[in-house]
Amino acid sequence: MAKILMKGNEALSEAAIRAGLKAFYGYPITPQNEVPAYMAEHLPLRGGVYLQAESEVSAINMVYGAAGAGVRVMTSSSSPGISLKQEGISYIAAAQLPCVIVNVVRNGPGLGGIQPAQGDYFQAVKGGGHGDYRLIVLAPGNVQEMADLTTLGFDLADKWRNPVMILSDGILGQMMEPVVFSEDGAVSEVDKPWATNGAAGRERNIVNSLDIIPDKAEKNMLRLLEKYDQIKAEEVRWQEHNTEDADVILVGYGTSARVARSAMELARKEGLKVGLFRPITLWPFPEQRLAELAKAGRSFLAVEMSAGQMIEDVRLAVNGVSPVHLSNRLGGMVPTPEDVLEKVREILEGRVS
Amino acid sequence: MAEIIIAGFGGQGVLVLGQMITYSGMIEDKAVSWFPSYGPEQRGGTCNCSVVIAEDEIGSPLVTVPTTAIVMNAPSFDRFEPKVGKGGLLIYNSSLIDKKSERDDIRVIAVPANQIADELGNARVANMVLLGTLLEATNVVKTESVEKALKNVLSERHHDLIPLNMQALERGRAYQ
Repeated sequence: MAKILMKGNEALSEAAIRAGLKAFYGYPITPQNEVPAYMAEHLPLRGGVYLQAESEVSAINMVYGAAGAGVRVMTSSSSPGISLKQEGISYIAAAQLPCVIVNVVRNGPGLGGIQPAQGDYFQAVKGGGHGDYRLIVLAPGNVQEMADLTTLGFDLADKWRNPVMILSDGILGQMMEPVVFSEDGAVSEVDKPWATNGAAGRERNIVNSLDIIPDKAEKNMLRLLEKYDQIKAEEVRWQEHNTEDADVILVGYGTSARVARSAMELARKEGLKVGLFRPITLWPFPEQRLAELAKAGRSFLAVEMSAGQMIEDVRLAVNGVSPVHLSNRLGGMVPTPEDVLEKVREILEGRVS
Repeated sequence: MAEIIIAGFGGQGVLVLGQMITYSGMIEDKAVSWFPSYGPEQRGGTCNCSVVIAEDEIGSPLVTVPTTAIVMNAPSFDRFEPKVGKGGLLIYNSSLIDKKSERDDIRVIAVPANQIADELGNARVANMVLLGTLLEATNVVKTESVEKALKNVLSERHHDLIPLNMQALERGRAYQ
């Protein structure tokens, strides 16, 4: 299996096509433009439909339609564009349809800028659209994972009949690293007896998110919540390094986890006991393992490219057993390993409250 | 671990030079990453890229304290010369940069890259001249790997340019 040097956005696109993608609907926005560009070039030649919609709202509703028809479908955008898609995402979650939504996050709020950021964490894991729903949220940490988690995303979407979000950022989208694709060409698609793909010879299927009778709506909600509990029980993923003896555990996802990893290496060289905990699923969040790692005398340091969003989930998991601090940069600035290391020193020397 | 910043005007081959080093590292089975500045740049504007070549998994792909900086124009010299880490290397294009480094804690090599490229008959190989200087000064990647990378990165119809690129690289080696 040959290594290919690719941008994260391209690796993700190639993985989606290999996963049996049949339809891609999108609208241009930096820094995710390599995704629609790759799709436009390759998808029609490999048995799929590429369509640039007239807006993000239109694109997500095309996804809704294609997902209802039971085909593997995807859309991609960056922060302001993802905001526009939220209504459609809520409908898709309510109708329990599988699809993959990619957010290559840039700095916000508002139109913001085009530089890498992580300010869409709340939107991705806490809702974003209206109502009680959840997305499965996967956070790649390198170009290989941009590919691998996209493949996994399609499988999880089908398995749970739930939209999956790939929460990336401008660095992971724009950077190049070697990536290896499995050569077996197998597509792990499941039967979709619920799909609205022609009712000849059977009862017609209905895909809908309208639920107007309260007692029935409540029962449907409870079924949805039961599914979310099962996902929480089965799909939590994370990675940890040097956590066993750590006095300070850095917690970060995506690009921040890479900066944190460099900071951990610098710290270990100085003899400081620093570990790294990297959530791969942001929802479900690896709260149980973080709770196990929490203990007196140990601190956590959330590393983020946002005002401190993931840190709230770390605090909920740790539940007051250990202090949780924040090292962050905003506005499209990327934290440096030296910044994080300085914060670690402050914690170890008792210079933080 | 080599943490390299390459910077210059858009159109000088800054990003491609970074990709060549990255590709060569990949051929040698090293861990590699390449990250471009991707602001609202355009031809004539400034641009740069970060390249990391390591034995193990790479942390931050954004280089903040470069072990080597290759700078191709004056604004990039001003921006990155002070950032090179102690004991590091600064290679700069003296055809376009009329400055001297005051630093005594890094190695500084001035290369008239544009002048050499012009002598070779193609201004676009100035970046390869600087790569030659880098290959001689450090062992970040092997010359054979660069030659292989050129074959992979250049489309087949441009393979006739490989000898010229390798010639430019050889000329760059002389400056140390």
